[in-house]
Amino acid sequence: MSVLLLEILTAALLLGGAAFSLISAIGVLRLPDVLIRMHASSKSGTLGAGMILAAVAVLYGTDQIVARAVAAILFLLLTVPVGAHIIGRAAYVTGTKLWPGTVMDELRADHERRECEKQEREKRERGQEEREERNP
Amino acid sequence: MRTDLSPFLNWSIEITLVALLVSMLIAFVRLVRGPSLADRIVALDLLTLLAVSVIAVFTIREDQPAFLDAAIALGLVAFLGTVAYARFLERRGRHDSGVEEPRA
Repeated sequence: MSVLLLEILTAALLLGGAAFSLISAIGVLRLPDVLIRMHASSKSGTLGAGMILAAVAVLYGTDQIVARAVAAILFLLLTVPVGAHIIGRAAYVTGTKLWPGTVMDELRADHERRECEKQEREKRERGQEEREERNP
Repeated sequence: MRTDLSPFLNWSIEITLVALLVSMLIAFVRLVRGPSLADRIVALDLLTLLAVSVIAVFTIREDQPAFLDAAIALGLVAFLGTVAYARFLERRGRHDSGVEEPRA
């Protein structure tokens, strides 16, 4: 009886994980810009992979396999958001255009100020080098 | 198909594999179409995540718990790859837009 129950739970987790993976793939294909696509791939992708790994843990139930599956899930939960953050930052900094329907971009002022400071600093350094070249 | 499992679980395993395959194909379309490099990195990230899921399903399908180690290792490598690509993208500087042109 309890074996049957475990099998039902495993099947539910497998099918749920497959559904979330499919949804994240469709989101990556259909959504309009990089940051929104990343929203689909990182959140529901993690949930899909996590559910499938949980299905393995539920079906076997021995210490070793549960430990490995939980380690894999924890690892995904740690790395996927960090990876998504880094890609998002790189995409924004390299000037990826946002979707025209974007309502708010709170990072823009900060980013533009930083770009201006960088250019000024480079200009100043260049000026200093030229002065040093003229009177060594 | 495993004989020690109920038929419905065997069928869910097959359905899950097919769904993951379709997801990988869809992610591959995004990888090919781009349009910006960041899109391709996102699609590649999703592809490796789906590969981890496929390995986990094969652990059950073939009754080989050792496959789980491969899944963990692939997750590690995928993270390192994503970070490396993102650093490369940031160093390379501004290039392409990321919004798809509306098709007629």
